[in-house]
Amino acid sequence: MAKVWKFGNDVDTDQILPGRYAPYMTGEAALARHAFIEYRPEFARAVRAGDIILAGRNFGCGSSREYAPLALKRCGIAAIVARSFARIFFRNALNLGIPLFESETATQEIADGQEVELDVAQGILVAGERAFPLRPPPAFVCEILHQGGIVEYYRKHGRFPGESDS
Amino acid sequence: MGQTLSEKIISRAAGHEVQAGDLAVVQVTMTMTVDSIAESVIRVLRQELGAKRVHDPERVALFVDHVAPACNPATADGQVLLRRFALEEGINRLYDVGRGICHQLMIEEGLVQPGTVALGSDSHATTYGAIGAFGTGMGTTDIALAFARGKTWLKVPESIKVQVHGAFSPGTTAKDLILWLIGRLGAEGASYRAVEFHGVEGSSLASRMTICSMATEMGAKAGLVPPDDLIRQHYPVPEWLYPDADATYVQEIMIDLSKIQPQVSLPHQVDRVAPVSQVQGVRVHQVFLGSCTNGRLEDLHRAASLLSGRHIARGVRLLVIPASHRVLADAVADGTMSTLLAAGATVGTPGCGPCLGRHLGVLGAGEVCLSTSNRNFQGRMGSPEASIYLGSPATAAATALAGFIADPREYWQ
Ligand code: SF4
Repeated sequence: MAKVWKFGNDVDTDQILPGRYAPYMTGEAALARHAFIEYRPEFARAVRAGDIILAGRNFGCGSSREYAPLALKRCGIAAIVARSFARIFFRNALNLGIPLFESETATQEIADGQEVELDVAQGILVAGERAFPLRPPPAFVCEILHQGGIVEYYRKHGRFPGESDS
Repeated sequence: MGQTLSEKIISRAAGHEVQAGDLAVVQVTMTMTVDSIAESVIRVLRQELGAKRVHDPERVALFVDHVAPACNPATADGQVLLRRFALEEGINRLYDVGRGICHQLMIEEGLVQPGTVALGSDSHATTYGAIGAFGTGMGTTDIALAFARGKTWLKVPESIKVQVHGAFSPGTTAKDLILWLIGRLGAEGASYRAVEFHGVEGSSLASRMTICSMATEMGAKAGLVPPDDLIRQHYPVPEWLYPDADATYVQEIMIDLSKIQPQVSLPHQVDRVAPVSQVQGVRVHQVFLGSCTNGRLEDLHRAASLLSGRHIARGVRLLVIPASHRVLADAVADGTMSTLLAAGATVGTPGCGPCLGRHLGVLGAGEVCLSTSNRNFQGRMGSPEASIYLGSPATAAATALAGFIADPREYWQ
């Protein structure tokens, strides 16, 4: 079972990881400890590997700092389910191999702290009696996630998803 | 079928015709990174991707601008690494401390060209749309991949067309236009889309950069202005580089410039926008005139025209950080700097300054700042208990004079 950490709309990268706590200020080893350090200080202390973030619209807006999703990955966040994602955050998280799903209903109906079970491969989120089917990501996203991130994808294929072999 | 400006540029860069929604692998003509990100990019490039060299050192640019000069040993070490990387890779385009903000220099130094795709490890790379380039921000891993490959993958964005007409009323500028638009569309109103600005041909390059830089605050992948004669005078514009009349847009917005009033973003979200008249009187401790959005000569001129012969209010600090060395030199040469200094301004090294809250004007708890930059997120400029309002250089100057948020039209002559 995973615990849900619920957030509202327009959570920006400075809330996820303030620039002052980026690795070039505080060292990379401390990254996991600084996730949501000001916005939700109990998060980094209590989060367990396999937990899930549930958020509203435009999650991860703001800067292109990849440290924001990296901090969440280092905390062991297994997936992020949101009504929508900000563009650069989506790309960065995907590159790092963090599964991302969009869902209107799950983010409205599941409560903060609730225990859930997520089947990433099937795209189903189960909370108590209810199962929420999640919108499957596009094929190229699945290809990247399947390899565990873009770096692994690139090392294996020597090309980008969708690019013919050259 | 007709193409938008983004579709045209991406088609060229991909080597085949694309339309919105397509996935394309494209040639990138310039990829840049900055001091605060470079260390991670280098690590991903060398250790994770195992790349021996950058694909083409001529198509890489490096900037020391975010925390420049360095503010502590850790940032200094990062900059040492960046300089060494440039040497090892034979990268000639290294713009070191004091040269200015990455996005400003990308255009000022001609590092981006109209009709090409350029990437920045910084979200405000949308600025390059001001000269008709498809500029977009990406994270560490994507930038490292572009260094290694000279290419990236993109989903071709749908486009929103913004058609403006009329002229600004006095005291109102491009910053007010883009703040107003962000207020109307919201922080994700242009998510994953490109925004094409039509009808701004009469405006200066600096104003177009202001508009395009803040397209990212609506979630946009790119912000573009179709190039006109002004751009042709300074940059090579390919003849195919214009949006077709029958291009498809997902949304069209008409704006009458004469109806726009000076606007301000309220803490702590860029899209919480109100006319300055509604927040007039909020006490301010610091005014920041600078950033890649509003640190150009035109912005300094505007502020100076209000500040000339006057002095800022007691208890207010006015920080002026020119966007580049050239802006600073020009402002010194034409007397603008003297005007600002006489009015009580403090001047910092060209670069990002306090925009990202790491040096040169960080805010303390309870402090309020009126900033000409582009983001007012909680904690962005320092203490999470500080408040940031965003406004135009004219509003910044009026506010510095009053000591509280003030309407520039009251000082405009
Ligand atoms: S001035 Fe601010 S927004 Fe612009 S590049 Fe620097 S930190 Fe980013």
